[in-house]
Amino acid sequence: MTAKIRPAKGAPYARILGVGGYRPARVVPNEEILKHIDSSDEWIRTRSGITTRHWAGPEETVAEMSLAAAGKAVAAAGITPDRIGAVVISTVSHFKQTPSIATEVAHRLGTGKAAAFDISAACAGFGYGLTIAKGLIVEGSAEYVLVIGVERLSDLTDLQDRSTAFLFGDGAGAVIVGPAEEPAIGPTVWGSEGDKADVISQTVPWDEFRGDDVSKLPVDENGEPKFPAIRQEGQTVFRWAVFEMAKVAQQALDAAGVSADDLDVFIPHQANMRIIDSMVKTLKLPEHVTVARDVETTGNTSAASIPLAMERLLATGQAKSGDTALVIGFGAGLVYAATVVTLP
Amino acid sequence: MAATKEEIVAGLAEIVNEIAGIPVEDVQPEKSFTDDLDVDSLSMVEVVVAAEERFGVKIPDDDVKGLKTVGDAVDYIINHQD
Repeated sequence: MTAKIRPAKGAPYARILGVGGYRPARVVPNEEILKHIDSSDEWIRTRSGITTRHWAGPEETVAEMSLAAAGKAVAAAGITPDRIGAVVISTVSHFKQTPSIATEVAHRLGTGKAAAFDISAACAGFGYGLTIAKGLIVEGSAEYVLVIGVERLSDLTDLQDRSTAFLFGDGAGAVIVGPAEEPAIGPTVWGSEGDKADVISQTVPWDEFRGDDVSKLPVDENGEPKFPAIRQEGQTVFRWAVFEMAKVAQQALDAAGVSADDLDVFIPHQANMRIIDSMVKTLKLPEHVTVARDVETTGNTSAASIPLAMERLLATGQAKSGDTALVIGFGAGLVYAATVVTLP
Repeated sequence: MAATKEEIVAGLAEIVNEIAGIPVEDVQPEKSFTDDLDVDSLSMVEVVVAAEERFGVKIPDDDVKGLKTVGDAVDYIINHQD
């Protein structure tokens, strides 16, 4: 017989209750990047807006950075870790395939037996994780969900690639998502464009390093195989990020029933200042909207960039709790996710 | 109706002025976007997208690299507009 199944009982809505960030101690200025590439501080600044980035030391592992950010988010949310029912971590730079990094973080944070898993959605990872968290809470599978974006992109940086050597940074950003009486996370406008997989990608897959045929591996100036790195087609990425993602951002506003005039804050993925500036122009955002420009001193930290930027805006008083923010992530896949949220 | 060569040069001059702040009169067919007009690779993408909208053409990324001078862009638009 087909038995009647009792559904889970979730919260009416979900909201971000707390955010926390961790930036590695070591600050890397453009001068250090210039030891490896033929470029200039001015070129890097005008092409990317980046002046410094943080690179993790040996002790600042993906797990340690995640725990530091998560601890702050838990404290900001005013809950205890044992209330967390699920831990979702988005990363492309945790180099141990299994088990997931989320299980270690869930355990060490003291969540008890929270469900825990990693996702791979590159620079859209935060939006993907947030969307999953919202679903879990409203559907009733978890009361509180910890979402972390964490990267050590310095490990995937080709220091000799003059188009990307200066771009990437390391860090972790975390949020606690929990139940709410009013809508505080809008509909997600998200998707993937797998036909553009080659636009941003890892140079070679890991298994190319196995076996005797190393002919497909990129080599350094001494002819030695290079560790895989992230490469991209800059102009193609720029066009897609600015003009296609502006449409997605507008769709997210429309889906949430929020106009640009209603918006307090815009937190795009911190890919490049030029992309951010052009998106703001293309979206015709009103002057009163605060725009996150954390990329200047943090670089591009992929999945970590939006929560890191959110945390900094709140910590510096540029944004305040209750503000309405448009967030949009976009990156390798290509993948994207945009939504409107109430800031914690 | 298809734009004339003069109209396209004038239109591109307005676009380059808007995006890169270059005086309209400096934007001449023989000028190189990168070397003479200081339009970098990312601004070039903005110029191309604005030109697509203005002149009703599609300029794929692979073709953008071939547009070295204002004249190259003018010829491309003339050959590809409806």
